[in-house]
Amino acid sequence: MSGKASLIAPGLKPRAGRVLPGFGISLGYTLAYLSLIVLIPLGALGLEAASIGWDAFWDIATDRRVAAALQLSFGAAILAAVVNMIFGVIIAWVLVRYRFPGRRLLDAAVDLPFALPTAVAGIALATLYAPSGLFGSFLESVFGLRVGFTATGVVLALIFVGLPFVVRTVQPVLEDMEPETEEAAASLGASRWRTATRVILPALAPAMLTGFALSLARGVGEYGSVIFIASNLPFESEIAPLLIVIRLDEHNYAGATAIAVIMLAISFLMLLLINTLQALSRKWLGHE
Amino acid sequence: MNRRQANHTGPPVTGESPWARRALITLALAFLGLMLIAPLVVVFTEAFARGAGVYLAALTSPHTLAALQLTLGVAIISVSANLIFGIAAAWAITRHTFRGKSLLLTLIDLPFAVSPVVSGLMFVLLFGADSLLGPMLEDNGIRILFATPGIVIVTIFVTFPFIARELIPLMQQQGAAEEEAAVSLGAGGLRTFCLVTLPNVKWALLYGVLLCNARAMGEFGAVSVVSGHIRGQTNTLPLHVEILYNDNKAAAAFAVASLLALLALVTLALKTLLEKRFSRPAQAPHTR
Repeated sequence: MSGKASLIAPGLKPRAGRVLPGFGISLGYTLAYLSLIVLIPLGALGLEAASIGWDAFWDIATDRRVAAALQLSFGAAILAAVVNMIFGVIIAWVLVRYRFPGRRLLDAAVDLPFALPTAVAGIALATLYAPSGLFGSFLESVFGLRVGFTATGVVLALIFVGLPFVVRTVQPVLEDMEPETEEAAASLGASRWRTATRVILPALAPAMLTGFALSLARGVGEYGSVIFIASNLPFESEIAPLLIVIRLDEHNYAGATAIAVIMLAISFLMLLLINTLQALSRKWLGHE
Repeated sequence: MNRRQANHTGPPVTGESPWARRALITLALAFLGLMLIAPLVVVFTEAFARGAGVYLAALTSPHTLAALQLTLGVAIISVSANLIFGIAAAWAITRHTFRGKSLLLTLIDLPFAVSPVVSGLMFVLLFGADSLLGPMLEDNGIRILFATPGIVIVTIFVTFPFIARELIPLMQQQGAAEEEAAVSLGAGGLRTFCLVTLPNVKWALLYGVLLCNARAMGEFGAVSVVSGHIRGQTNTLPLHVEILYNDNKAAAAFAVASLLALLALVTLALKTLLEKRFSRPAQAPHTR
C-alpha cells in the first residue's frame, strides 16, 4: 500500500501487523483486564487524593510523625541500596569471575529474598538480630550496636529484600564484558586496582545505578520484612507504609492516601533523578 | 599464553592476586551467609525448637489448615487469571502493531512500582464503606473487602506483571515468522497458537507461573490491608505467621513459616532448572 510495499509483488510479503488473527480479542481483553485490575483502583487513589484539598494535604504532609516516617523509609532505603550496591557488585564479581565449590548453590541463593515471603524473612531476621538473638547479642556486646527494634534493623531488613536487584542487574553485564579491554589496560601497564577502578567499574556504573534504583524503590515500599524487626514506635522506627496501615485502621482514609501519594511522588522524583544520572554516566564514562 | 588457553577451557582468568581473590570470595560468602542463609536456617531451627510434636501440632491446627487452603485457592485463581492475561497481552503486543504500545508496556509494569501497602489501600478506597462501589455491592450481598474476593483481587494486582513480562520479551525475540507461516498454510488462529506459539514459549510460561505463584502465596502487605485478619476465614499463611508470632507462639509461627520457606526453596530449585532449559532475554530483575 505504501510506496515501499508496492515494490514487492503482492502476496509475497505479508503486510506487517494484521496477518495473524486474534488482534481484537487479545488487545480488547488486555485493555479490559488492565483497566479492571490496575487503572480503576489507581483512579480510586487519585480521586481520594484530589478530594483531600490542598490545605488538609499540606497539614498531613508537614505533620511531624508523617515526616519522621517518610524520612526513615527513604533514608533507610537509600542506605540499604548503597550497601547493596557495594556488596552486590562484589557478589556478582565473585560469581562471574571465580570458580569455587558451592558457587552454583550461592548463585541460586541470591534469589532467596525474591522467593521467601516477606513475613517469613521478617520474623527470621527479628529472631536473629533481636538483642537476645544470636547475632543481635553478639553485635551488642562486642560493638555496642543495637540492631533489633531500631532504625538499624529497618536498614538490615531492606538490605535483605534489595540485595538480589543489584546482583542480578550487574551479573549479566559482567558476563558480557570483553576480557580484551582489561588485558589491554594491563598490557599498557595499569595495575589491577587501576584497571578495576578505571576500566571495570565505569563499565558497570549504569547497571549498578539500575540495581540501586530497583533496590531503593523496593525498600521504600517494603512492609512485611520490616515490621517485625522494627520497634514500630513513632519517631523511632515507624516506616511510612506502617503509618498508612495505622491510618487505615483509624478509618482515616484521607491521611492514608496523602502519605501514599507523597511516597509515590518522592519515589517518582528519585527514579527520575537516577535515570538522568544514568544517562549522564553513560555519556561521560562512554567517552572516557 | 597459558592464560588465554585457560580462558577457552574453563575457569575464566582474572588478574587478581590469589590473596585478593580469596578475600573477595570470603567477603561474598560471609555477606550471603549472614544476610540470606542464616535467616533461612533459623526458620527451620526455630520451627523445631520445641520438638516435632509442637511442630506437627502447629501445622495440623484447624487455623493453619484453613489458612493453607485459602492460600492455595487464592494462588490458583490469581495465577490462572494472570496467565490468561499474560498470553493475551503478549499476543497483542508482540504479534500486532498498534499505537500506544510502549504506554501499555509501562502500565503493565506499574504494579511492581507500587508499595504492597499502597496496593491494598487502593482497593480499600475502591470497595470500602466510604466508596461508591462498596455499599452498592454490599446491598446485593457481595462482600469484597475483608473477604476472599478482596484477597484474590489484591493478589492479582501485585502479581499482575509476572507472566506477561516473561512472555513479551521472548515472543518479541522469536518473531512472528513461524506463526505467519502456519497461518498462510491455512491453520486457524487457535491451532497456530497451540501448535506453534505454545511449544516455543512453554518454558518461559512455566517460569512466569513459578514466580507469580511464589509471590501470590507469599504476599503479605497488600493482603494484610484488605484481609481483616479473621482467623479461619480471611487469614492466609503469611498472615497466620504474623498472628502466631505476635501471640508469642514463636515455635508455631516458625512451623508455619517453614512451609513457606520450603515453598521458596522449591521455587528456587525449579527456577534454576528452568534457567538451564531456556535462556531468558536480558531484562531487569523485577520480582518485587
